Amino acid sequence: MHPMIMFSKINKWYGEYHALTDITAEVKPGEVVVLCGPSGSGKSTLIRTVNRLEDIQKGQILFDGQDVHGTDAHINRLRSRVGFVFQSFNLFPHLSVLENITLAPTKIRSLKGSAAKQQAMQLLERVGLAHKAGAYPAQLSGGQQQRVAIARALAMEPPVMLFDEPTSALDPEMVGEVLSVMKGLAKDGMTMMCVTHEMNFAREVADTIWFMDAGQILEKSTPESFFNQPAHPRAQRFIADLRAH
Amino acid sequence: MFDLFSIVQQNWTLFLIGQYPHGPLGGLASTLILAALALLLAFPFGLLLALARVSPWTGLRWAVTVWVYVLRGIPLLMVIFWTYFLVPLLIGHNITGFVTMLCTLVIYQSAYLCEIIRGGIQALPAGQYEASRALGLGYLRTTIWVILPQALYNALPSLISQFISIIKETSLGYVINVQEVTFAANQVNNQLLTKPFQVFFILAIIYYLLCFGLTHLAGWVERRIARKRLGNGGTAVAADPLLAIDN
Repeated sequence: MHPMIMFSKINKWYGEYHALTDITAEVKPGEVVVLCGPSGSGKSTLIRTVNRLEDIQKGQILFDGQDVHGTDAHINRLRSRVGFVFQSFNLFPHLSVLENITLAPTKIRSLKGSAAKQQAMQLLERVGLAHKAGAYPAQLSGGQQQRVAIARALAMEPPVMLFDEPTSALDPEMVGEVLSVMKGLAKDGMTMMCVTHEMNFAREVADTIWFMDAGQILEKSTPESFFNQPAHPRAQRFIADLRAH
Repeated sequence: MFDLFSIVQQNWTLFLIGQYPHGPLGGLASTLILAALALLLAFPFGLLLALARVSPWTGLRWAVTVWVYVLRGIPLLMVIFWTYFLVPLLIGHNITGFVTMLCTLVIYQSAYLCEIIRGGIQALPAGQYEASRALGLGYLRTTIWVILPQALYNALPSLISQFISIIKETSLGYVINVQEVTFAANQVNNQLLTKPFQVFFILAIIYYLLCFGLTHLAGWVERRIARKRLGNGGTAVAADPLLAIDN
């Protein structure tokens, strides 16, 4: 079984600043990878390279065997197969919840209105917001908006979901509802990469934790070994800091 | 005050349709047609210029930028004269004042509309564009379905100001003998000779009502959209099942 996502020797610079250094890693089908590490360590940048929201200067990323940054990559087709959830939700404020979800399927796959609507309602059911189908984003709480954003990302039936700090912009009491949707996805066998500071989620749901600092992956391990006996000194310090709080 | 009514009463056809059917259509009718056509043509043209101005192609961006800066740096009256004298030379035969004025307004106003629309596009959070692209929608689809509906809505107040400008600028057609409402007012004034204040006051009221009507229409559209997005109380606030499980 070939890996779903394969990073080989990824390098990225912002001008002089070396944002990602020689990242080599892979994500297997059905695997849930949680990226953690201090702010500015390159976690978000790394997952944004997977659907080319960020360019890379060196290295190769294979998504399901296709070269993401290759000159012949069908970027739109590729992106429609990678669900992406943003920290700031980014729902389209001029469209209703239902229209937010049906936009991509109707415009890209030319799905018929009724079929798209039916599928959108199923997705809303899944994130517990079927009763909000006719609402507009401005009428929803942060947690509800993020759940709609997850449903929207699922609408193209992507084999992989990427989450870029999905709960960081939420009030504490809304974090749980979003995490529970993500747990549901993980349980259904979705391949996921999540950047998050929710360590309980990482401990509970992750198959693998990638610990990053200064643009490098310093440690890849299971949650048990990462939280109980981290190997890298920087990871040990990170865990110690977590415990101190 | 009585003068105003009697002037209108005696000259209302001239104000309304000019010398038609004994001469070309003029007066308010002509002004309305000129303004409406200018608006209908200048808007899509300005939209295309705006899209070119924010496009990923450097050459195109550069060319449109020059076009916009040049037109914004010239008084409208000069562009009118230029079109009036230059276009017949270029195409070899005369064109009517009406067509000259229409072309001039479209060219001139599209430069302003371009900048207003560009402002609307660039004021959107980058996340909107990213979210659409991340779904797999291409540049064109993202522009049509995600960017423009929001950008144009946000730019609506400035767009309306510019549309009002277009209505008022049709009066400059007077200098190249376009038969429109200012021209008609001047004809009335030439007949009466002694009542310029009253005649041009009537003209001012006509323009004001026209622009006022447009402002109100725009305000109504804007409120309607805003109300739709904020919800009109029609959506029931039912219990949220997921929240219930978590708490």
